Amino acid sequence: MWVRIQREPFDPGAESNAFFATDGAAGATVTFTGLVRSTPDKPIDALILEHHPTMAKKQIERFATEAMEKFELVDIAVIHRFGEMKVGEVIVQVMAASPHRQAAFDGANYVMDWLKTDAPFWKQEVTSDGAKWVEHRKADDDAKNKWNTETPPKSV
Amino acid sequence: MKILYFAWLRERMNKGQEDVAPPEAVTTIDQLIDWKAANDEGFALAFEDRAIIRASIDDELVDHDAPIANAREIAFFPPMTGG
Repeated sequence: MWVRIQREPFDPGAESNAFFATDGAAGATVTFTGLVRSTPDKPIDALILEHHPTMAKKQIERFATEAMEKFELVDIAVIHRFGEMKVGEVIVQVMAASPHRQAAFDGANYVMDWLKTDAPFWKQEVTSDGAKWVEHRKADDDAKNKWNTETPPKSV
Repeated sequence: MKILYFAWLRERMNKGQEDVAPPEAVTTIDQLIDWKAANDEGFALAFEDRAIIRASIDDELVDHDAPIANAREIAFFPPMTGG
């Protein structure tokens, strides 16, 4: 399990290939890649992501560790960017490997659902009018709550 | 202890962090917000809608009734929008 938080762009395909190559025990891998999008009815030029560096890494490591245990994954890895990114650039990538496919799908999904609402990142959309903070979506809370689990408190 | 502010809360506060020394009677996140709001007009305004503001103590997400004893760093921020 590993988590990387970085400003620099990365090559999503190269990261997937490197992840596949690490272990022979996986019969399935799932890669989720989140991109900066712009649509004709809501065009944006870029996103700026602010984050809480130490807490962001710890929170995502926690969700990844939970996913490893909950779905008995072979491995899981997360890369999340901060700073400014242009339309079409990669924001986040989650890669999960498991003996069979369902666990890899579930593991990647679980980490993304928790990350959206409980990892300390905040997006600003940049348009010709300036930068505007993105509002939290209720749908993201619902997605997280479907796992019907509280993040366990840190063991002391 | 140190307080950190993020996103629009940081903008409204006009700073990303500050050092505070609350009196002993201030024992929870909620009481810390009350105490700061009573002594800082800008803070009171920024924390007007306090129910939506989330908090962490030393990198752990907490509820507003969490005790702040031994906290080194408390962060306040809006709902998160990463991913």
